[in-house]
Amino acid sequence: MIKVERLTKRYGPTLAVKDITFEVEKGEIVGFLGPNGAGKTTTMRILTGFLPPTSGTASVAGHDVLEEPLEVKKHIGYLPEAPPVYPEMSVEGYLDFVGRLKGIPSGEVNERLDGVVEGCALRDVRKKLIGQLSKGYRQRVGLAQALIHDPDVLIFDEPTAGLDPKQIAEVRQLIHDLSGEHTIILSTHILSEVQSIASRIIIINDGKLEASDTPENLMARMRGHESLLIEIDGPPEDVEERLLAVEGVNGVSRKNGHGGRTSWSVETSKDAVIRSELARVVVESGWGLYEIHPIGMSLEDIFLKLTASEDAAEAAVQDEPAAEAGADSPDETVEPTVSEAAALPEEAPPEEKEESSKQEGAAAS
Amino acid sequence: MRNVWTIASRELRSYFASPIAYILLAMFSIIFGYFFFSAVAIFVDFSSRGQMGMQMPPMNVDQFIIQPTLGNFSIILLFLSPMITMRLFAEEKRSGTIELLLTSPVRDFDIIFGKWLAAVLLFACMLAISMLNLAVIFLLSTPDWRALLVGYLGLLLMGGTFLAIGAFISTLTKNQIVAGALTFGAFLLLWVLDWVNAYSTSTIGKVCQYIAIAPHFEQFSKGVVELKDTVYYLSAIGLGLFLSKRSLESLRWRA
Repeated sequence: MIKVERLTKRYGPTLAVKDITFEVEKGEIVGFLGPNGAGKTTTMRILTGFLPPTSGTASVAGHDVLEEPLEVKKHIGYLPEAPPVYPEMSVEGYLDFVGRLKGIPSGEVNERLDGVVEGCALRDVRKKLIGQLSKGYRQRVGLAQALIHDPDVLIFDEPTAGLDPKQIAEVRQLIHDLSGEHTIILSTHILSEVQSIASRIIIINDGKLEASDTPENLMARMRGHESLLIEIDGPPEDVEERLLAVEGVNGVSRKNGHGGRTSWSVETSKDAVIRSELARVVVESGWGLYEIHPIGMSLEDIFLKLTASEDAAEAAVQDEPAAEAGADSPDETVEPTVSEAAALPEEAPPEEKEESSKQEGAAAS
Repeated sequence: MRNVWTIASRELRSYFASPIAYILLAMFSIIFGYFFFSAVAIFVDFSSRGQMGMQMPPMNVDQFIIQPTLGNFSIILLFLSPMITMRLFAEEKRSGTIELLLTSPVRDFDIIFGKWLAAVLLFACMLAISMLNLAVIFLLSTPDWRALLVGYLGLLLMGGTFLAIGAFISTLTKNQIVAGALTFGAFLLLWVLDWVNAYSTSTIGKVCQYIAIAPHFEQFSKGVVELKDTVYYLSAIGLGLFLSKRSLESLRWRA
């Protein structure tokens, strides 16, 4: 359905996209994953015909984006990062306009409009001005806009950016419902987001394609690289020694400490078993256990793991805590975005995780 | 053509959904009303002097009311048309809706022509208001309606020219104020071009006089359709729309 070959985009001296090649089959849901500025939006804009590539080719439904832009545009529904809505128009008026713009015959516009209003749960706000809608509703209007002409290919640029958790769940469900009939490309910098809906993940970093695989395979490749944050009240030298002695611990590094307590970052190979083992060791030694929870891997870590060789990756991970040793509070390393981006096998949302870890800490103390 | 109308009608609705259209139309009615009033006042003054036995040139409403009133139209256009065009593309670029237009299956020219058409239609609303004023003359006298029609044709052409240039300038920036200021500057320059060289017979003087927008309207206001002036306005509109198209295309390469 979508074919991209050796695509390169240059903005003046900067290369935004470097030599990317991939293919998307009909009915696939592909997640573009990468940090901000990685080239996700640029790639999508080239596919939609908004930007021309500097070199390489891209085609959608058999039509080249440069040679037959109008044909390509007919087959694509596109939701840019900011929904392209006119605040002074009503939801109905706007969707009617987009429907006509996308070339739906006049007689069918109303029918399609009713369809997307139902599909995107917009019935309550149908007559309202878009400028008065909440961000979540505006995003849904953006989705409705992309869907109105029933295109084969849907391209969503960060469809859940800036929404609250409930709205994120709704949008995700909407996208999930669309799968099957449509070929979907969506971009995000949050791994858990694509993990649940995408049939394939394409990781882009710094304009380059780093990996393209199913979520399961990517997870498998990243397993065995978990790290834990553990806060202990005990003599630091002993703690380090005892923790290292636990089977499955690859490395221990001290992060910081206050009031007799010290925080440690523990590199492990097997996560689930080792947490109880660590807790047992700490309690048996007579120390206080304040906190123990997994640290999410940032996307950078994942990229490093995916691209560097095993040894280099491990070295990089062990260097990182040392660089962060100056940080004031251990909480800084576990802010929600980071844990959300984490390659954790558990499905628990970050809030819950933090809460449970606090409870654990309280129980231990 | 369907796409052009889709875009034009959305743009028009958007003018009337915001205060812009109403403010412009209100301002226009006041200023035009004043111009019309002063032309009538002068006419009344002159004709009463004629009745008192003073030596006056022969007078008619065409020459003394309609012609100067329509002639003053270009001043109003100079000030009001930047406010019509400044948002056309700048606003879409700022809010990101341009991405919707450029990723829809419509040609760039449809977008530009549609937006320009909407601006011309708003201007036509102004013309309609001005007709209300002039209708009063028809109640009291019998002006040449064919000459007046030609005058309005000229106004449409002149307005179209201003709006095409304004539309082009609006494609250049994301900022409405910048677009408005640049447009006003450009119009002012095109306006004063023939003052400086009004009496010059040099080639440069003649060229400047030809480029200036307003002088080409003179014959129209007298009810004369001059080929030279018509060609001037039509080609200026064509140039403005062509430059807009090029500018919109370059947006993709520069973005």
